[in-house]
Amino acid sequence: MDREETKSRIDALIEPFNKKGVTVTEDTTFAGDLEWDSLTVMDFVAAIEDEFDIIITMNQQAEIENYGQLIDAVTKLRG
Amino acid sequence: MSDAISQPDKPESLPETAEGSKDLFSKFDPLIKQREDLLGSGFEDPFGLVMERVLSPVTAICNGRETILLGTYNYMGMTFDPDVIASGQAALADFGSGTTGSRVLNGTYVGHKETEKALCEFYGMDHAMVFSTGYQANLGIISTIAGKGDYIVLDIDSHASIWDGCALGNAEVVPFKHNDLEAMEKRLRRIPEGAGKLVVLEGVYSMLGDIAPLKEMIAIAKKYDAMILVDEAHSMGFIGPNGRGVAEDQGVLDDVDFVIGTFSKSVGTVGGFCVSNHPKFEIMRLVCRPYVFTASLPPSVVATATTSIRKLMDAGDKREHLWANSKRLHKGLKDLGFTLGTEEPESAIIAVIMPDLERGAGMWEALLKEGLYVNLARPPATPAGMTLLRCSLCAEHSEEQVGQILTMFEAAGKKTGII
Repeated sequence: MDREETKSRIDALIEPFNKKGVTVTEDTTFAGDLEWDSLTVMDFVAAIEDEFDIIITMNQQAEIENYGQLIDAVTKLRG
Repeated sequence: MSDAISQPDKPESLPETAEGSKDLFSKFDPLIKQREDLLGSGFEDPFGLVMERVLSPVTAICNGRETILLGTYNYMGMTFDPDVIASGQAALADFGSGTTGSRVLNGTYVGHKETEKALCEFYGMDHAMVFSTGYQANLGIISTIAGKGDYIVLDIDSHASIWDGCALGNAEVVPFKHNDLEAMEKRLRRIPEGAGKLVVLEGVYSMLGDIAPLKEMIAIAKKYDAMILVDEAHSMGFIGPNGRGVAEDQGVLDDVDFVIGTFSKSVGTVGGFCVSNHPKFEIMRLVCRPYVFTASLPPSVVATATTSIRKLMDAGDKREHLWANSKRLHKGLKDLGFTLGTEEPESAIIAVIMPDLERGAGMWEALLKEGLYVNLARPPATPAGMTLLRCSLCAEHSEEQVGQILTMFEAAGKKTGII
């Protein structure tokens, strides 16, 4: 699947979750830069899963630290 | 990114150690500081309480004060039952203080088999396996039955022992939003065809005291050919017509593949178990590492458990009194103006929601000074970062004591400005 298309769809999804208005780049980290709490992470993951009809397991989430890695992972999961 | 998840009991990741630091304990510094700040402001340590004397299932001398216990999970008050104590004393005298061995070597005594027989009868199931703790029962069963390539679908508010069972195994772990049927179904639907599936649920969730819609959830799990494990730790003995738990109460116990339970709540001692009708269940005794590689329970413990389980089969009056206590406390606290974890009483746990950790600790201490012990629960063990005062009722709390408890809550709540 096209990485750019995946990225633009995730860009739209992250907006309502980015309450602090952080400028999101490929290097932005979820825990550090966005300071998301557990519920926000869970809801954001669910939103992505629903958008692309995929599962991002906890095992896969553990490998994802920044925004770029998330886009890579979702692109790969879409096959 | 799951680093940021610090859901109820899910292992919390700690901040990274500064570059070049050699002390492996540096990662605990933020927690040490939070604790020092709390104690520095003059609070009694909520996590350092000592029971100096225990007078009954519901009263003890704590920090020098006679205290009503409202945070013990001793739901059925079996800890001082004369028959339970007598059977433990006899086993201690006849079989000694401990087995010094694994269940699969020298650690299976006649008493362990009797406990397993009592559990089979209590649940009406074919197989029962006793573990040394409830924690180990979840750890062992979950990590053993869900292997590499299998999927575990679980509620995000699951107990620590469930999360740790997932972490110990090699399965793919997929959490869903608490008690959310749609979120659960979506995840099951997306699992690759042919993969093994285990759905892990709890009857009663211990933080807020709410129950799961097991009937609906189990129907969904069945639709996707998943095996189902239900932890009924907080329901045994008083929920369901025979006290078998929430699955029995909702009429779906026959569809549950594995029930996990504990002896450290209603049964009144320590230990854990799994009961099942799976025809191949007995092989678990050889392949489940947290069962094999630890010593079995002492003979006195399994003797007390057996006696207690058998008495719980016929404890209708106690059950009724426990429910009456739960309903009265729930209504009383609500009328006083406290915010509670559930709209209606759903179990023997009533969670009082505090505005923040500091005021929660203040209220906890004020209650202790009034002579009442409750559990202070704080993030990350709690859902949504809440601070809770968790009350668990006992069938041995008298009507008079429930009245005293409400008076104490009113006094402490006004003193600390919570109500």
